[in-house]
Amino acid sequence: MAGADSVLRVRDLKVHFPVHDGVLIRRQTGSVKAVDGVSFEVGRSETLGLVGESGCGKSTTGLAILRMTPLTEGRIEFEGQDISHLSVRRMRPLRKRLQMVYQDPYGSLNPRMKVGDLIGEPLVIHGVAGDQDAYRARIQELLRLVGLRPEMAERYPHEFSGGQRQRISIARAVALNPTLVLCDEPVSALDVSIQAQVINLFQELQERLGLSYLFIAHDLAVVRHVSHRIAVMYLGRIVEVAPRDLLYRAPLHPYTRGLLAAAPLPDPSAERSRAHEEIVGEPPSVVNPPSGCHFHPRCPMAMPVCAQRAPELTAAATGHAVACHLHDPSRALDIAASGLAA
Amino acid sequence: MTLALDTPASVRPRRGSAFFKFMGRLFREKPLGAAGAVIFIVFLLCGLFADILAPYGYNQISPINRLKPPSWQFLFGTDNLGRDVFSRCLYGAQLSVIIGFCAAGLATLVSIVVGVVSGYIGGKFDMIVQRMVDAWMSFPDLIVLIVVVSVVGPGLLPIIVVLGLLLGVGGSRIIRGATISVRENMYVNASQSMGASTPRILLRHILPNVMAPVIILFTTRVGFVILAESGLSFLGLGVPPPAPTWGGMLSGSGRTYMLQGPWLALAPGLCLTVVVYATNVFGDALRDLLDPRMRGSK
Repeated sequence: MAGADSVLRVRDLKVHFPVHDGVLIRRQTGSVKAVDGVSFEVGRSETLGLVGESGCGKSTTGLAILRMTPLTEGRIEFEGQDISHLSVRRMRPLRKRLQMVYQDPYGSLNPRMKVGDLIGEPLVIHGVAGDQDAYRARIQELLRLVGLRPEMAERYPHEFSGGQRQRISIARAVALNPTLVLCDEPVSALDVSIQAQVINLFQELQERLGLSYLFIAHDLAVVRHVSHRIAVMYLGRIVEVAPRDLLYRAPLHPYTRGLLAAAPLPDPSAERSRAHEEIVGEPPSVVNPPSGCHFHPRCPMAMPVCAQRAPELTAAATGHAVACHLHDPSRALDIAASGLAA
Repeated sequence: MTLALDTPASVRPRRGSAFFKFMGRLFREKPLGAAGAVIFIVFLLCGLFADILAPYGYNQISPINRLKPPSWQFLFGTDNLGRDVFSRCLYGAQLSVIIGFCAAGLATLVSIVVGVVSGYIGGKFDMIVQRMVDAWMSFPDLIVLIVVVSVVGPGLLPIIVVLGLLLGVGGSRIIRGATISVRENMYVNASQSMGASTPRILLRHILPNVMAPVIILFTTRVGFVILAESGLSFLGLGVPPPAPTWGGMLSGSGRTYMLQGPWLALAPGLCLTVVVYATNVFGDALRDLLDPRMRGSK
């Protein structure tokens, strides 16, 4: 994506949570490096999928962009403006164009508020509700936009199914015509049949309203369907970024390959006959991550250098970047040499 | 689906009718709670119109009618000074209900403000506020009451204020706990990320979701305060005699002449029980009706 037209640009974002010890005298004994030097861009009307297993820092990245969690280091540019150090007051007007859809359709809607008031809340907060009639008309329009009936505005969230509630959340997120919507696992709590409907709604809204999405998920099939580009995260770092088709066709990082291999194929006979590149072991501790490349203890292709030095995210092809010593051009000779030795 | 085309009229609720709609639901869905509300209102009216309803003055002594059992002349009998217990109960409704509701109301208000703010802001602020609450709670209630009453003199207002503050600070713990659990909900986070101000989050998201413990706190406090006032009257720190309060009647002549005239204790005791019970069932009904998730349940 062209840099000039990016809606969101994240540079070397780090979010570390201190770990304290001691009862009376509290000392910082370490830190959880939830996000450790993440960089990416989201273009206008583009969907960037952010995938990785649970605990890898996907959601924290989203929260940091919303400035809902303090960031340790790095720079976040939203619509060309550096928002990484804005005060709460200066951040408020920007929140109009930066919205979020949450994972849990049950927890993210206040059970005591009517659906109409929930959807209208961003309008009221930012003082653009207008008079009663305009406000009501806007809510009804939003309800229709997400495929709900206007008279549902008078009902309470508990009267709706999970999929309908997620539609309500989406209506709330697009109420102010945002430029970027952060979607934190927006369909993972839904039935598979409902997931498809909600995903289609996301895509439809993107076309009609020109939205950009940062789509955080762990379901590779879902991400493949919605994303233009995909970034794969492992333990607080991005290990590979590529356009969707390229990533699924020719994954470079061993972790990405393992991740894709772990997703079952829809055809059972194809599933049985294909070769599996399994990822062995459990994700390591985030307080004490492995040295060098965080993935090296589980990597089938690990080399001595992997334990010593963390690989940089470098371009391997147009739009395709990977952080792996295997694909580091300056190390190509070493790899060839070790191959000869073996 | 035809509804979708021409709903605006039904979509628009009229604000003025909200109260009547609510009362309608109370009587339809919660008959017991409605009964509680009616009983409570009856007692309140009895207190307000005690001057008209009471057959005798609350301090009208009749030496020849001492310790008379209940009869048509004296509905609840008479006490050791020949005063009509029924009249005194009516006047007592005035004082006891005022004390009960004002002090419990003040206590609940204090609990809400301290609990919600402390619980929502959290961190160091919460830590400091809670240590102050600890300190306040460690004071024996009675000592505080005696000190305040001996400084400003006995009367309705000091009792309400002191009881309200004493109970309110203690009760704030419960509201703080509820606030902390509500604060962790995703919808609070969502509202923050939309840029909502703190007062807005407290009023629109936190407060409505801690209403259940608030209502329970209030209804249990009403009975407690009415009884606490009787304890104070016993020490001579309550509403000064001869003004009748139920607590005063129970712990005064009611206790002393319990064997000769059980009606002396029974009459104010029953009044107290009925009012406390009525507020409790009304409070329960209110809690259920205010929760949209409980719609339609009995």
